[in-house]
Amino acid sequence: MLTFPVVAGVLEQGLVYSLMALGVFITFRILAFPDLSVDATFPLGAAVCAKMITSGYDPFLALIVSLAAGLIGGLLTGLLNTKLKISSLLAGILTMTALYSVNLRIMGRANIPLLRQPTFITILEETGLPQQYVPLLFFFSLVLIVKLVLDWFLHTEIGFALRATGDNPQMIRSLGVNTDAMKVLGLALANGLVALSGGLVAQYQGFADVGMGIGTIVAGLASVIIGEVLLHPQSVVMQVLSVIVGSMIYRLAIFLALRLGFAPTDLKLVTAVLVIIALAAPNLSRSRRQSKLLARLGKGVVNGVKPGGN
Amino acid sequence: MLSLAGISKTFNLDTPSPNPALRGIDLHLEPGEFVTIIGSNGAGKSTLLNAIAGVFPIDSGRIVVDGQDITNWPEHKRASLIGRVFQDPMMGTAASMSIEENLAMAAKRGERRGFARGVNVNSRARFREMLADLGLGLENRLSDKVKLLSGGQRQSLTLLMATISRPKLLLLDEHTAALDPKTAQQVAELTNQIVKSAGLTVLMVTHNMEHALNTGTRTVMMHEGQIIFDVSGDKRAKMTVADLLNEFSRLRGESLADDRLLLG
Ligand SMILES: Nc1ncnc2c1ncn2[C@@H]1O[C@H](COP(=O)(O)OP(=O)(O)OP(=O)(O)O)[C@@H](O)[C@H]1O
Ligand SMILES: [Mg+2]
Repeated sequence: MLTFPVVAGVLEQGLVYSLMALGVFITFRILAFPDLSVDATFPLGAAVCAKMITSGYDPFLALIVSLAAGLIGGLLTGLLNTKLKISSLLAGILTMTALYSVNLRIMGRANIPLLRQPTFITILEETGLPQQYVPLLFFFSLVLIVKLVLDWFLHTEIGFALRATGDNPQMIRSLGVNTDAMKVLGLALANGLVALSGGLVAQYQGFADVGMGIGTIVAGLASVIIGEVLLHPQSVVMQVLSVIVGSMIYRLAIFLALRLGFAPTDLKLVTAVLVIIALAAPNLSRSRRQSKLLARLGKGVVNGVKPGGN
Repeated sequence: MLSLAGISKTFNLDTPSPNPALRGIDLHLEPGEFVTIIGSNGAGKSTLLNAIAGVFPIDSGRIVVDGQDITNWPEHKRASLIGRVFQDPMMGTAASMSIEENLAMAAKRGERRGFARGVNVNSRARFREMLADLGLGLENRLSDKVKLLSGGQRQSLTLLMATISRPKLLLLDEHTAALDPKTAQQVAELTNQIVKSAGLTVLMVTHNMEHALNTGTRTVMMHEGQIIFDVSGDKRAKMTVADLLNEFSRLRGESLADDRLLLG
């Protein structure tokens, strides 16, 4: 049942995918920018890693290049939105579609296996670390570093400007910040993290597949929302932590769903339903309250009360 | 300090119903002048302030602030010279960020932002002192989120943020209109106090005629995108609200007649 490999497996997945979830958190929550390009920058990172490793490059170097590739993907979405004034959703979709072809170009085919190839796991094992702890230790250290850097960054002057750009762009512009530049920066950063996560997943599971990014955005959102519901974060430090915790819980839920007998192919449906419930819950309870209020007030019209509005 | 020459702005220019909101505004402010702007709804008061702040490009004219021609500067660049407070208390602050974070962002107005800590011990002490001067008890709530504050508190904070780095020009757009009378009074007094101690040059839009006359050093009246009346000094000191209203109906009649003349 709950043997060490099983528990470790869930934790490892929660950690490695939390980097992706942090990317989604940066766009959705900090920038208030619904960025769909992550569905393609995740496999982009995987594609870059797989191609570089099978071409004989160092697996760690491959991770860095994955990160850089993701940065460029986010940059593209940001420029489409800010320079060409394409709406945020459409800009993300355009990048996503374009990158699908790019990912196939990079890989040369739809799937690259990494069996018997060097990965960060094989390299770290050679250093003498106990084999079964390697992925867990590596992911944990990496996520810890990313969290600390993100906490620090979001409290710098630029970090403040980034957060204010999502909160009140008019106000921070009137304080002299170029909000377009902030958006591009945030999107690049977010997609860099997502692609890094993709690269790590490819090395961890031993293959890259062009379709592995489908549903990334929804899984990321699920993690963000689960974390918020559970921890009610009131500070940036706690918000970042809640995303990581949310990612772990989400992977646990997926694991349990599989145990309950859901087919792996059903998981995207399960995730989507989960996110729908989480997003709808506040609105549903509010409209119920409001209809009660309306009922109590009889037939009188209550100005400004919009049942079910947001 | 501020020089506007022939500012014109027409909204919906390329549509069947163009809307000329500003029609050749000329206005010159000396350093330290505090001008109140009055005029009926839709006269173009907010549009004028938006044009100066660079929210949209103007169709013609020149805007010079502190000797620099800023006509073609983007909005965020003008921020180094111009501070603003809007009518809506929600507009001037980032609600999900703390009081000290908001003040810190304002303290860096128009400067390069880098990787230094946004708030440090020194700035925190300075903010605490400034907030204590407001007398609202905010000095003990530095790390509270701004969304927890009342409208009056938020507007006082916005005022502090607009003036913390001594802008060359302060633009106030009915910044007390959304507050209850007592709070509005307090924020108005705070405005006078800050403007006086920092010697700022100000343009303030208000619908309160009495306010318009007894605040600041000069009053202009706008109507249909033009400045139709401009009074300062002794003449203004002797003016009552009734005089102002009389002047307004007389001038508005004239401008209507002018229009008819032009159209005819
Ligand atoms: N962004 C905009 N797009 C289109 N039309 C606009 C815009 N801003 C203002 N207008 C129009 O310009 C005219 C002047 O509006 P403005 O807001 O400047 O009036 P105001 O003097 O501030 O009035 P109030 O006292 O009601 O605030 C109005 O006809 C308004 O509809
Ligand atoms: Mg207005």
